[in-house]
Amino acid sequence: MSGKPRLTYLNGRGRMESIRWLLAAAGVEFEEVYLETKEQYDKLIKDGFLLFQQVPLVEIDGMKMVQTRAIMSYIAGKYNLHGKDLKERALIDMYVEGISDLMQMILMFPFSPPDAKEKNLESIKDRATNRYFPVFEKVLKQHGQDFLVGNKFSWADVQLMEAILAVEEKVPAVLSGFPQLQVFKTKMSNIPTIKKFLQPGSPRKPPPDAHYVETVLKVFKK
Amino acid sequence: MSGKPKLYYFDGRGKMESIRWLLAAAGVEFEEEFLETRDQYEKLLQGGSLLFQQVPMVEIDGMKMVQTRAILSYIAAKYNLYGKDLKERAWIDMYVGGTDDLMGFILMFPFLSAEDKEKQRAFIVQKATSRYFPVYEKVLKDHGQDFLVGNNFSWADVHLLEAILMVEEKKSDVLAGFPQLQAFKARISNIPTIKKFLEPGSQRKPVPDDKYVETVRRVLRMYYDVKAN
Repeated sequence: MSGKPRLTYLNGRGRMESIRWLLAAAGVEFEEVYLETKEQYDKLIKDGFLLFQQVPLVEIDGMKMVQTRAIMSYIAGKYNLHGKDLKERALIDMYVEGISDLMQMILMFPFSPPDAKEKNLESIKDRATNRYFPVFEKVLKQHGQDFLVGNKFSWADVQLMEAILAVEEKVPAVLSGFPQLQVFKTKMSNIPTIKKFLQPGSPRKPPPDAHYVETVLKVFKK
Repeated sequence: MSGKPKLYYFDGRGKMESIRWLLAAAGVEFEEEFLETRDQYEKLLQGGSLLFQQVPMVEIDGMKMVQTRAILSYIAAKYNLYGKDLKERAWIDMYVGGTDDLMGFILMFPFLSAEDKEKQRAFIVQKATSRYFPVYEKVLKDHGQDFLVGNNFSWADVHLLEAILMVEEKKSDVLAGFPQLQAFKARISNIPTIKKFLEPGSQRKPVPDDKYVETVRRVLRMYYDVKAN
């Protein structure tokens, strides 16, 4: 047993990607088990690994953790990425939850029916540029600091960075109206742990493709 | 200014209800402002009170908090309902995640067509009895304690009671196969703050009706075409 956290999920982004980002940002090495067949998944359930019969699953510190938010809160808390007090934690939570709503739209996108894809893409662009990015642009402009909360690198910064890159993959010029976010993106990219995660060969997963969608549907078929 | 938290939402359950439950369980009095018109909502938006243009919004300790989970986590921690350390917090978060998913199936129920409602009711009961309730039944059976985590009353207990009562409203005998949960329900209902919240006249909201659905649709201009799971 290596003592490293062990992630069980499909070999793709989905709900596990934010967890990979956070562990990587915290400089924590981890192992991964990839679900490729329904049989593997059914066995995990039968063996009692999945509290609510769902992945992500992260084995960490003797716990079989499920529920993405619970897992990320734990990692953030453990590695000092959750603010210095309750109020900072509240701000980080608010920002992370907001970004997570945007990420949810991107998560579901590959599974949209073909005739809804264009509409959904428009929604993602609209929400990013009119609801979410303006908030963080303003936060950074107002305090003039490098990081979103408490002048210190936190979970909120990692989550925003992930979201910016994910939206850019769909809407390449999305940051054109957001100078603060452009600077933020550059700064985050240069943080050593994040820089490493952004390099080829890291545990970062590529954008979901048809094969990924097919695997998801196959593994979780009822 | 009263110093009490102030809740901004519709006069109905929705996403605010779990927040009402938790404040009440913690013995915290709160005020409410109910959204009834589109104008009110637009005024809140223009005033910059809604960080992501959404409610729930709770004014608490000088913050205008949004995002249900963030609000609940803050209240839980402030009133010592979040475990004694990081690991207990992790378990509470996991359990709350489960009951949150379960209550999520019920959240959109009032917005469904009559036909979809029947389908969704069956879905809710199936998930409750095969995925969620067995987990909490086992947790309670295995440790034999009164509360889910750390032998101490926590957010997880409040959230589970709320979920149980909501599912029972869809199928009254849904706890038939769950003796631990039956005992849990009785126990937690008798905690003074919760007992008070369960009495008529409290700030607990009734099962959402057509008027509630109409108000939400009119104020938000959304949720006209919600599908069952």
